[in-house]
Amino acid sequence: MNIAALSSDRDVVGAGHEAAASERESDTPLAGGTPLIDVHAHFHSDASGRADWGAYNASRLHAGERIGVIAHVASILGSWGYRSPTYFPSPPDLTEANQWLRAFAERDQDATGRTHPRVFCYVAVNPNHAEHALREIERGLAVGAVGVKLAASRKADDALLDDIAAEAAQHNLAILHHVWQDRRREWPGQDASDGVELVRLASRHPDTRFLLAHIGGGGDYMHTLHAAREVHNVYVDLSGSGIDRGMMDATIEAFGVQRVCWAADLTLCTGLTKAWALESIGLSDAHLADIRWRNAVRLFPRASFMFGDTVLSV
Amino acid sequence: MTLATPWFADVDVSAWIGPYPFRKVPHPDPEVLVRVLARERVQRAWVGWLPGVWHRDPTAGNAQLREALAPFSSVLLTAPAIRPDWPEWQRVLSHELEMGVGCIRAYPAQWGLEPGDASMTRLAGACAEASVPLHLTVRFEDLRQRHRLDSAGDLTAASVRALARAGTRCMVVVSGAGRDFIEEVWWGLTPDERQYVRFDFGWVWGPPEDHFAHLVRTIDATAWQMGSQWPLRLMQQSRALCELLPAVLRQSLSFVGRS
Repeated sequence: MNIAALSSDRDVVGAGHEAAASERESDTPLAGGTPLIDVHAHFHSDASGRADWGAYNASRLHAGERIGVIAHVASILGSWGYRSPTYFPSPPDLTEANQWLRAFAERDQDATGRTHPRVFCYVAVNPNHAEHALREIERGLAVGAVGVKLAASRKADDALLDDIAAEAAQHNLAILHHVWQDRRREWPGQDASDGVELVRLASRHPDTRFLLAHIGGGGDYMHTLHAAREVHNVYVDLSGSGIDRGMMDATIEAFGVQRVCWAADLTLCTGLTKAWALESIGLSDAHLADIRWRNAVRLFPRASFMFGDTVLSV
Repeated sequence: MTLATPWFADVDVSAWIGPYPFRKVPHPDPEVLVRVLARERVQRAWVGWLPGVWHRDPTAGNAQLREALAPFSSVLLTAPAIRPDWPEWQRVLSHELEMGVGCIRAYPAQWGLEPGDASMTRLAGACAEASVPLHLTVRFEDLRQRHRLDSAGDLTAASVRALARAGTRCMVVVSGAGRDFIEEVWWGLTPDERQYVRFDFGWVWGPPEDHFAHLVRTIDATAWQMGSQWPLRLMQQSRALCELLPAVLRQSLSFVGRS
């Protein structure tokens, strides 16, 4: 891929993009008619402490349909701060949230009459409770979990994460790790890691696949690009509210198209913006497919992502 | 507003050209902005001089801006910065008004002007007299990624309320505000005062939190303006936010025929 060309063509109007703009006016999904998988989604449970938890979940699914998201790979971070802190969730809150999400995915599948689910589950764990974390992963595996979610309960390079990383490798589970891009100082409410710390963990576990969360989710993403570009078991998701021009170009240049995944996290609006912007930066259809869905298929071999009547494969 | 209309918006109220001091932004050039506006179906833009935001004296930047925009003057309207706490600012303003402007920009956070600053009120009065909007920017980047030298902090909602309450009848356009900021201003003003405040909604969150839908339900449709903060941010965001609104709310908005 010619990255220089990719970058320099980024805002140049071309016939291809005009066609894409017209397509948005039709009945096809807003982000286009090819598969799109959100590898960083969240839902809320009835224990989240917010009265609109159901509306939140419905909004995510509805907006996902409008955009063309065929699968949400999701987690619930305990009680989202209601009974224990969002980034330091208690074991009971995690167990309840993980179970609730699995049941939610089943209910959604039943309600929509799908043959396969569109909501896939991470097992969310807190490494400060190491035995509980491993038991939770075991429970999740038994009922179809496809990955592990680590947030900010402990720095990524802490030895407490080693058993979790090894367990994930053994069962072919990718780990989505919350990252504050170059956090520069300790921020309240979380024991956030940055790219350097995640890379230390990834280097100790070369057989584990790590998904570095939300390059647009706050902090200096350019620091992360320097930290993780050479570590080939670290992938990155594009989610987050940040929509800086040049961010996606630089991320793709640093990681290559096969280590970048489209995602939305808390803001599907910026996810749609980034899906549109990906169309305009000169990627080939194959490279677009890598970012939109093929890398997700590679990262989550336990998931059966359906597009129409077809199980996606690479 | 529907996507069947030929234009998404009359004007992008929040664009700049020129390099950004704290990181590389790709192609912050007027000819690129013209192409992006066409792609996104936005007729015109109010365009400021980005590096001038951090200059002590914005006057030289205004001249560079006008020269750079001259070949594109049918699409890109000059948005010069006027620093009202400096001597003879009225003369600078008069010159810019004579040359033609889309709006006047001010950066009170970068200039150290507190809420209620008398010079800002005088500037608002002068803009009102000239029937020209006064454009304010809450933020240029997310707090968590800012350069250590970019220490001015965000514009406060109190600054906007103070201007709206001053009774100048100046139209104040606010860029870069989120839901909390917008609500703090809107519900902190009388109905008469609100008539003179507009927000670009580019930083507001859409689904699943649905802050934008909430704001469109609770705040007058006339309060909203399309603003991209190009070249710092992707211009597609305003369209994405509108597309993801419930249809009934989407139809209540129109950015065409406003300017």
